[in-house]
Amino acid sequence: MGKKIRVLVAKPGLDGHDRGAKVVANALRDAGMEVVYTGLHQTPEMIAESAIQEDVDVIGLSILSGAHLTMFPRLVELLAERGADHIKIIGGGIIPDEDIARLEEMGVSRLFGPGTDTRDIIEFIRKSCADSVS
Amino acid sequence: MGSNGGQDLQVLIERFEQGHATAAARLITILENGGEPAESVMDRIFPKARGAYRIGFTGPPGAGKSSLVLHISQLLRRRDVQIGVIAVDPTSPFSGGALLGDRIRMQRLTGDPGVFVRSLASRGSLGGISNCTDEVADLLDAFGKEMILIETVGVGQSELEIAETTHTVVVILVPESGDGIQAMKAGLMEIGDVFVMNKADHPDSELAAKEIEDTLRLKNVPDGAWIPPVVLTSALEGRGIKELAESIEKHHRYLEEEDRLVEKRRRILRSRVRSAFMDRMERKIWDDPSVREILSERIGDVYEGRLSPYRLVQELEKRVKIE
Ligand SMILES: Nc1nc2c(ncn2[C@@H]2O[C@H](COP(=O)(O)OP(=O)(O)O)[C@@H](O)[C@H]2O)c(=O)[nH]1
Ligand SMILES: [Mg+2]
Repeated sequence: MGKKIRVLVAKPGLDGHDRGAKVVANALRDAGMEVVYTGLHQTPEMIAESAIQEDVDVIGLSILSGAHLTMFPRLVELLAERGADHIKIIGGGIIPDEDIARLEEMGVSRLFGPGTDTRDIIEFIRKSCADSVS
Repeated sequence: MGSNGGQDLQVLIERFEQGHATAAARLITILENGGEPAESVMDRIFPKARGAYRIGFTGPPGAGKSSLVLHISQLLRRRDVQIGVIAVDPTSPFSGGALLGDRIRMQRLTGDPGVFVRSLASRGSLGGISNCTDEVADLLDAFGKEMILIETVGVGQSELEIAETTHTVVVILVPESGDGIQAMKAGLMEIGDVFVMNKADHPDSELAAKEIEDTLRLKNVPDGAWIPPVVLTSALEGRGIKELAESIEKHHRYLEEEDRLVEKRRRILRSRVRSAFMDRMERKIWDDPSVREILSERIGDVYEGRLSPYRLVQELEKRVKIE
């Protein structure tokens, strides 16, 4: 059977629509990945826990609420605490350039701006999983 | 995993035994990917399984399976029962990918160390169940989970498979869209130990439950046989959950009488060995180049009508050497 790329897609924070996250989840599924979709209102603790149980390769977060500067670093920290820092974190949303640089320095693999082509996200995931997944 | 697979596995198993969820999760991935590594994991894990009780939840998409699994899990957690949840969703036959969405309804279980939830894609399996569901259940059992709740979509062959995997099968239906009739067609009526008419907050649910009850009554059952109850629930309002749990427990107790559960466990293991054996044989046969050679040589004769498909089968059979 062989390994499949597994991705967790979540929409943390309190703002209430997940259209973007769903579009990405569907695109990744259509690209042959197994996508665990956990829905709205996720805390970083819930996301880390789910990602660990599901043994995903990548976590994709969609953030609109401006909470990115707390959300991403907290998730990086939680994964490290649980010995799961092999899981890559990517994100999407409206994030200022200077914050992108800071977050990528802190351990977030990649942040995609609004209107990113889902093919770019797919390609990024495939490349970054190439060493662990055939 | 690198080149040192054996040693890596040893480390993983040790961490698994210490109760690390990361190790359990990684071992499940190895089971999912199959082959030799999965068999090595099973060699180590299987003897540690303690005989957790396995409950299947099946029914059409959207019937409320995940929502009820959440409620039952919460009820069991209040009694301090360790829970494993396996939620299977279909793999897309076109892309090979899958959207695993059952956690959406089970969010409230996340964060409780007494619960381990894993979503599986059905992958190579035809039905709504994954080929490695049994193995993943063994692993969660060995991880200390006492009850394993398995959710599968009730389509195709999955209903038979879920009955060969679990000890109590809960079939979940909803009043709308003539589920009762669909269920009968799909063979769900044969495998249910407990029937649920969910969405009892909708009109007509009582009538629909009656219909199911009537259908079940029409079947001829021997004396002393289990008669599946029909339970009305509303996962939305949290109604009927206690009754559902009681019905499941009642079936569990019924199986424990007269060694029925022992027999059932043996039957399940027998069918597992059988299907694993068949898979292996099938692979062996198709990996044999002479089988493929004859097939491609002689298929033309079948096409031309000089040879019946069954004669060709006999020729192939003669070539098969299994040592
Ligand atoms: N009105 C009503 N809706 C329900 C009930 N149980 C589940 N639902 C809703 O039905 C949809 C499907 O539920 P889900 O548990 O995901 O079903 P599954 O596909 O069988 O796992 C969700 O929107 C639920 O909120 C119920 O008892 N009453
Ligand atoms: Mg579900």
